[in-house]
Amino acid sequence: MSNQKNPIMGWIDDRLPVTVTYEKHMSKYYAPKNFNFWYFFGVLSMLMLVNQILTGIWLTMNFTPSADAAFASVEYIMRDVEWGWLLRYLHSTGATFFFIAIYLHMFRAVLYGSYQKPRELIWLFGMGIYLALMAEAFMGYVLPWGQMSYWGAQVIISLFGAIPVIGDDLTTWIRGDFLISGATLNRFFALHVIAVPLVIVALVVLHLLALHEVGSNNPDGVDIKKHKDENGVPLDGVPFHPFYTVHDMVGIVVFLMVFCSVMFFFPMGGGFMLEYANFEPANGLKTPEHIAPVWYFGAFYTILRAIPDKLLGVIAMGAAIAILFVLPWLDKSPVKSIRYKGLISKTLIPVFGVAFAILTWLGTQPSDGYFLGMINNTTLARWLTAFYFGYFLLMPFYTRMEKTKPVPERVTGGH
Amino acid sequence: MSQDGVNNSRRLLLLGSTAAVGAVGAGFVAVPFLASWNPSEKAKAAGAPAKVDISKLEPGAMLTAEWRGKPVFIVRRTQEVLGMLEGLSDRLKDPANGNKAQQPAYADNLQRSREPELLVLLGVCTHLGCAPKFYAEVKPEPFDADWKGGFFCPCHGSRFDMSGRVFNGSPAGDNLLVPPYSLDGDILVIGIDEETA
Repeated sequence: MSNQKNPIMGWIDDRLPVTVTYEKHMSKYYAPKNFNFWYFFGVLSMLMLVNQILTGIWLTMNFTPSADAAFASVEYIMRDVEWGWLLRYLHSTGATFFFIAIYLHMFRAVLYGSYQKPRELIWLFGMGIYLALMAEAFMGYVLPWGQMSYWGAQVIISLFGAIPVIGDDLTTWIRGDFLISGATLNRFFALHVIAVPLVIVALVVLHLLALHEVGSNNPDGVDIKKHKDENGVPLDGVPFHPFYTVHDMVGIVVFLMVFCSVMFFFPMGGGFMLEYANFEPANGLKTPEHIAPVWYFGAFYTILRAIPDKLLGVIAMGAAIAILFVLPWLDKSPVKSIRYKGLISKTLIPVFGVAFAILTWLGTQPSDGYFLGMINNTTLARWLTAFYFGYFLLMPFYTRMEKTKPVPERVTGGH
Repeated sequence: MSQDGVNNSRRLLLLGSTAAVGAVGAGFVAVPFLASWNPSEKAKAAGAPAKVDISKLEPGAMLTAEWRGKPVFIVRRTQEVLGMLEGLSDRLKDPANGNKAQQPAYADNLQRSREPELLVLLGVCTHLGCAPKFYAEVKPEPFDADWKGGFFCPCHGSRFDMSGRVFNGSPAGDNLLVPPYSLDGDILVIGIDEETA
């Protein structure tokens, strides 16, 4: 590409900055050489986004967004459309793997302080993607119009009813009816296939532009731009292409192997990805025996349920998501990476990961059960909810107090 | 272009007034988009009353009817059940129908009904809208060791007594709604009473 003698490229470059853009974002984008396992999940999230868009477009070709026909059209896709079952399972399993990749990608940012200055905007755009993705996944789950679609929509939309004064009118406005009906299904279809994907794609572009402006963080949390060679190339950086494109291919292949194993052999994910109640058409008169969200909403659902008051529960759930947005301003640590943070952060970050996983698990379980046969689910949910908020709200204090280790000048490890 | 002699205050005024007019225009344009999300005329018209024959409803039994797409629970309560309502007051959030919006005036009584035995409730949990389940028997339940019969919501564990009043410790804040209804012999008409007829 650097060979400017190619007349066709030259002609195009005079009219559209193709080569310049390619160099800025690929061949001359210098990423730290010490990326580890955790750095796969950004590209894997993108892979899943492409999967969702592609299979989603194909699914719309046979899906009928109406209360009378939606359930049957999904069964039609599964049974009668050639390869329809594959397209649908790619899409439904893709949702789960999208969230797996996103959660690990976010946890990576927490581990290595990738949200800290100067990467606050990257984190904010990322959180925007996460929020849009939750809306997208929720509305997508409504479309097959099974029992869990219907009652999931009923519960989630009713959350807005907790808002004082305008709550009831707001829920009617969102539903487009006085109950969850075909009107709700139709607008969710429109939002799911057009509006929210456009927002997500736009946010992904902003996320990447912001990333490429300041450069990638790394497991040591050191700034590789401090040490450059005579050409201005960071000494600890390697060109994204070909080094990381080739490197990421290995991750992509391994990830797809796991993805395909689940998609082909456990497409329902034991009821965590496609719930059994959703194989029954929506019935507005009968709530399923056990109603639970799909696993990726589990943590926030647990927080909602932990609080025995409607409005406070909704506020807590909203706050649990909102507090993630301000994470860059809660972490007052002078160092970025967990490797050099003090003992408190070193302990709390993994504990937080485990707590979030348990909160997620509890969201899929009945609230009157027992966790590992030991502690009542609701009691545990309340303790973990307190920990969740404590972890963030006390962060400005413990990150300032704790004794950090000296950060090396250059990155450690790498190739 | 020369910037000499630019009248900055005039430029600012023009910029401000153009932006203001543009914002008002955008506001007007937003109206059809936002208003189109409201229930359509068809949805608004689908409020016909439901008629249910309750002649075969045994004492202690419940029947679920559909009204405006939502479940309506109809229970013929026994004298025994009615006798227990009074004693539950201190376990309830709103034992005396303090929230007047949750029942018509004629059901603003201990039984929350026109006829003491016949209970008519909208089967929509006042928490997040699930349909509660009917647990009529007086016996210890996993969700309440001292259960006197009533409704339990499977979604988030709200509990209601045999007149739809919410128990303390439930995430729901309000009693179950008593819809407007009237009786025409053995025919229960949901959606119409003398006040709205």
